[in-house]
Order: sequence, then C-alpha cells, then structure tokens
Amino acid sequence: MPASCSNGQKRRGIVLEVIAGILLITGGFFVFVAAVGILRLPDILMRMHASTKAGTLGAGLILLAVAFTYAEIGIISRVIAAIAFILMTAPVAAHTIGRAAYQSGITFWKGTIVDELQDYYHRSSKINTKSDKIPDID
Amino acid sequence: MDFLPLSIIIVYVFLSISLLISLVRVILGPSLPDRVVALDMISFIVISLIAVYTISSGHPVYLDVAIVLALIAFLGTIAFARFVFKRAEKERNRA
Repeated sequence: MPASCSNGQKRRGIVLEVIAGILLITGGFFVFVAAVGILRLPDILMRMHASTKAGTLGAGLILLAVAFTYAEIGIISRVIAAIAFILMTAPVAAHTIGRAAYQSGITFWKGTIVDELQDYYHRSSKINTKSDKIPDID
Repeated sequence: MDFLPLSIIIVYVFLSISLLISLVRVILGPSLPDRVVALDMISFIVISLIAVYTISSGHPVYLDVAIVLALIAFLGTIAFARFVFKRAEKERNRA
C-alpha cells in the first residue's frame, strides 16, 4: 500500500473519531437534560415531554456515534434500524402512558389553565378552568 | 489523550448521573404513572450506555443488545400503561 493512501486512511479515521466524539457528547448532554427534566418538572405530562423528546434525541445521537466509529455497512444498517425503531415506538409509548395517566386522575400542575379533554373522558378530579389569569409561580 | 476516549469518559459520567437522577424519580414518584415514565427514561439511558459500551469495548456485537432492549422496553411501557388504565377503570366502576 502506498504511503499516501495509508496517510489518507489515517486522516479519515481521525475525522470519523472526532465526529463520533462530538455526537457522543451532544447525545449524552441531551440524555442528561431529559433526566433533569424527569426530576425537576412539576407534573407527569411535562416530565413525559422531557423524557420522550430529549431522551429520543440523545439516544439517537449516541447510536449514530456508533455508526461513525465502526463505519461498516452491517453496523450502519443496524444503527439505522435501531434509531427508526426508537423514533417509531417512543411517541406511541408516551401517548399510551399519558392517556392512562389522565384517566387515572393525576393532579395537574397548579398553573394549568386549560383541559380540552375533560368533556371526552370521565375523570375524578377536574381542574378549575373558570379563572382566566395564570396563577403566580413560585 | 485522544478525543474519542475522553468523550467516552465524559458520556459515561453524564449517563451515570442521569441514571441516578431518574432512579430518584422512581423512588419519589407520587403516583404509579410517574414511576412508569421514569422507568421508560431509565431504559433509554441503559440503551445509550450499551451503545457507548459498544464503542469503548470494540465489540460491535453489543449493538444487538441495545436493539433488543429497545424492543423489550417498549413492550414493558405498553403493558404498564394498560395496567394503569385497567386499574383506573376498576376504581371508576367501584365509585
């Protein structure tokens, strides 16, 4: 193998490693943001929004980093399959658990002012939608 | 130190802290759906951990484990949601 070709391959490997590292750090950061959202947000629907969106993005970026590290056709196709599967199932799971939680009568955050589902589902606790002003947030 | 091993260490730290934080929500969670959502988050974090381990160990076989775990986690969440739904229905019928 000529020296220039091996040099170019080494440079290509370094570029792929740097891209994979950046994807890893970004994905890890998004997963961390999702976990902080799980802990800090006030009611279950908001927590679900954090975990579903930021968690999907973070896991997808980390899986993409695997594809960039190995750069083989078998690995890339498996990574694409995994990302497609996560993108398809995460919204379905979040929708199902959100609907079940709504029906089981969770307490909303006290700043919630609109509940458009209350005419369609029977639930035990209803929020007060009479007051138009948003309450103070501590 | 190269860039990739350093970023792998950073991501391991991020994911471990996230795992602990989500575990706190599983323990604290006021209601059952809160705990289910936190468990869903934990499965996302474990999928990410397996993906990072695929890079750091050098064995691409572990990627299959991540795919299978994503499948099982989805089924688990759906089953839990159905359980919550049935329980709410039963309580409403009793009231």
